[in-house]
Amino acid sequence: MPPGTDRGRHPAAAQTFRRAAEKVSAIVRDVASLDEALAYTVRLCDTKEACELLATGCAEPLSPGAAALCERKQTKIMAAPGLPPELWTRFEELCRPRGITLADGPLRDHLAGIDIGVTIADYGIAETGTLVIDSSSEALRLATMISEIHVAILPLSRLRETAHDLEPELTARMQTPANYLAFITGASRTADIERVLAIGVHGPLELHILLLEDR
Amino acid sequence: MQTAKTLKDYRREVDQALANDFLRQAMDNFAVAYRASRANAFAGLDVDRLVADVAGAKDQALAGLDALYARFKAKAEALGIRVHLAATADEANRIIAAIARENRVATVIKSKSMTAEETLLNHHLEAEGLTVTETDLGEWIIQLRHEGPSHMVMPAIHLSRFQVAELFSQVTGQKQDAEIQRLVKVARRELRRKFAEADMGISGANFAIAETGTIGLVTNEGNARLVTTLPRVHVALVGLDKLVPDLHTALQILRVLPRNATGQAITSYVTWISGPAEYGGPGGTAKQMHIVFLDNGRRALARDPIFAQVLRCVRCGACANVCPVYRMVGGHQYGHIYIGAIGLIVTYFFHGREKARHLVQNCINCGACKAVCAAGIDLPRLIKEVHARIQDEEGHPIESVMLSLVLKNRRLFHTLLRSAQIAQKPVTDQTQYLRHLPHIFSRQHNFRALPAIAEKAFRDQWEQIAPVVPKPRMKVALFASCVQDFVYPEQLLAGVRLLAAHGVAVAFPMGQSCCGLPVAMMGEKQAAHSVACQNVAALAPERYDYVVTLCASCASHLKHAYPRMLGSRAQTFADKVQPLSVLLNDILGLDSRLFPVQAGAAAVTYHAPCHLCRGLGVHAAPQALVRAAGYRFAPAAEEETCCGFGGTYSAKFPEISAQILAKKLADAGRTGADLLVTECPGCVMQLRGGAKRQGLGLQVAHLAEVLVKKMKAKR
Ligand code: SF4
Ligand code: SF4
Repeated sequence: MPPGTDRGRHPAAAQTFRRAAEKVSAIVRDVASLDEALAYTVRLCDTKEACELLATGCAEPLSPGAAALCERKQTKIMAAPGLPPELWTRFEELCRPRGITLADGPLRDHLAGIDIGVTIADYGIAETGTLVIDSSSEALRLATMISEIHVAILPLSRLRETAHDLEPELTARMQTPANYLAFITGASRTADIERVLAIGVHGPLELHILLLEDR
Repeated sequence: MQTAKTLKDYRREVDQALANDFLRQAMDNFAVAYRASRANAFAGLDVDRLVADVAGAKDQALAGLDALYARFKAKAEALGIRVHLAATADEANRIIAAIARENRVATVIKSKSMTAEETLLNHHLEAEGLTVTETDLGEWIIQLRHEGPSHMVMPAIHLSRFQVAELFSQVTGQKQDAEIQRLVKVARRELRRKFAEADMGISGANFAIAETGTIGLVTNEGNARLVTTLPRVHVALVGLDKLVPDLHTALQILRVLPRNATGQAITSYVTWISGPAEYGGPGGTAKQMHIVFLDNGRRALARDPIFAQVLRCVRCGACANVCPVYRMVGGHQYGHIYIGAIGLIVTYFFHGREKARHLVQNCINCGACKAVCAAGIDLPRLIKEVHARIQDEEGHPIESVMLSLVLKNRRLFHTLLRSAQIAQKPVTDQTQYLRHLPHIFSRQHNFRALPAIAEKAFRDQWEQIAPVVPKPRMKVALFASCVQDFVYPEQLLAGVRLLAAHGVAVAFPMGQSCCGLPVAMMGEKQAAHSVACQNVAALAPERYDYVVTLCASCASHLKHAYPRMLGSRAQTFADKVQPLSVLLNDILGLDSRLFPVQAGAAAVTYHAPCHLCRGLGVHAAPQALVRAAGYRFAPAAEEETCCGFGGTYSAKFPEISAQILAKKLADAGRTGADLLVTECPGCVMQLRGGAKRQGLGLQVAHLAEVLVKKMKAKR
């Protein structure tokens, strides 16, 4: 079965999660392994138009300063700061032959934008289709903020019905000094001009969620 | 931002807003769309319970505010956060400016914070020579225009894409098309650069969790994440009212807030920050994180027995979304900094009497805000309380003093009304004589024709018409609204006939007077109290099964305000008060033998009086009666939206009242019905007067009249 197709054998919580996430335009797919998730991501990056200029605004008439920042991004870049080292290396090997850079320095150097940020979510909340990502690491935080596409892998064993079910776990994390926790639901959005919905005002323009069967 | 010096200036600004076609259209679309998306978001959930949970949790937090603050501070400091407490807005600004100086900050980026709007932080920082950039799209737009927000959640809702395109053309020095998706991307790029350069990020917070020293931010755009991540210094400016004991409470609020604000189950991002997180910026310095808590009257407010509940507010903005006046005039005329019903109230506490004086008068008392509030705040009542306080502080205007004097003396009041009837003879069709009724101090009423005072008041006819009901099913006392007593006695006559036909013995205690709502609306608490005492004594509730009234406003005032003013002794009374429709439909049951089926029934549409549908929770009885009496019922759009009367309101803000009325009549007209029915004499006066002035064929009648028309003469 090709990766990215729906295997359709998830219990109720996964269905609820999928429905809620798709309602806010997240793209939800099933994957059987982490490697399948990486392959999906590389393919996504490969087929993505180089720096989709219009989508991110670099093709718009900009002030000189803003245009200069756009200039700084010339190749396809991905970042996957949360991956365990040997997985990161396998990912890098997939990227290299396709001319994709997998950023390993500070992501602050890439404020012009990165194409795809890859993360592994800590938890999922089915009721609202929300990802919970401990973003205490700055690199991880930035990967989910400045990427044009955010691909998040959610192990299904980490899925809960509502946010209330996570109270003990989250409260414990909040007590580990300097913690930064993110609930992420869909892509970055605004309705500030004439209440018309527009996606990708500051953060990712697309959110892909890969449900990993790990139970 | 509302800053008018006099009521006259304020009215002029309101008129300008009413003439802004774009604003009107945008607000109309929004009002209708909001209701649908909110209903959607709460589908399958018990909204009332969720709201009660929020209210209860917030009340508990507010009762122990100082302890909560101490707990938060200890926790946060242990995490490495520096915590400050500012007594006033100015002090908060000075603390933040000092942090900027100590850290040699030149540029500041901000995410949305109503608290920073409250303190006018940007002005202060700019005066200190700092460059401040708002990064929430709407906030950035209004910052560039040097305006205040016109909505707490959508600060630039008053602007069109064309205005934004023009603005962005100036900012970028490049011609921009008025295409929303592209304008948003332009903002993305322009602001990304600002993020890259900033030294300090300022955010607000929706929650401050004492248990863990965590702040929570609820956003859609994702700018708050960049604001709190990229610069080396992060300052959060947080109202003390945002303190909650634990994550559980924050999550309870989070279940309601986005659903009530924008109809979303949750926003795109909810960020929980517990301490200065890892920072990899230049210079190898560590991140600095400060939280500045703002008091600015909150601690005193938390101890106020009446007003403490305003601090429950979670700033969802819904009270503006449903407000018929906000819909007409927009946010710049409906708040100083905080907008909507809550804005009318907190302006007085946060920004002073000067700024609140005119605003608090611009509430029609329709109750829509209360019905939708995420925190269950009794907003209309508190608006009136603020109004009363301001009058107590500044002195009462002469007309409201006069009215209070007259109302307190029932005989004088009724004598004046009777003589007004004589004075208006010979009756011309240009009747202007209603100014003696408490509702009307005639100013501009050209938008509706006004009725004349009846030749013979209901109370003067009672002796002749009082029906004799042998072996009655029950005994009720009739409470007459002054408008019905002196202007529309036929409505009461119809009601009495209906009740008698259903075997009810009706009494009309002569000692009753005006219910007191008009004076309560004018902030005359003492007069309101005095007439309430008279009425409870006159109606002697222990002698009757029910106290029935044909006026929704009277009913709601008797039921809710009397026990509040008079305490438990008025509770028995209040419990017996019922509007006619509930008595007939739910308690007695309409006797079908009295209403024979007829062919070719006329189509009837219905307007739900605010004080009936929201005030008393009656949503179906009048419509059911119309159907049961043999009419074809044609429901109107926005059936439960206010008609614009609001008693004294329509005299004080006739232009707004007229616009709300026009919408209402248009909705009724679209049903194709010939008859518009309602259950409140005030609504009848407004709607009938409007239909007449506009030359519409639409007839307007009270429910009782419409029912009696179909009733067989004799059983
Ligand atoms: S009672 Fe009605 S008019 Fe007054 S603030 Fe609330 S919604 Fe607006
Ligand atoms: S008063 Fe109620 S409805 Fe208005 S913003 Fe506050 S919580 Fe929302």
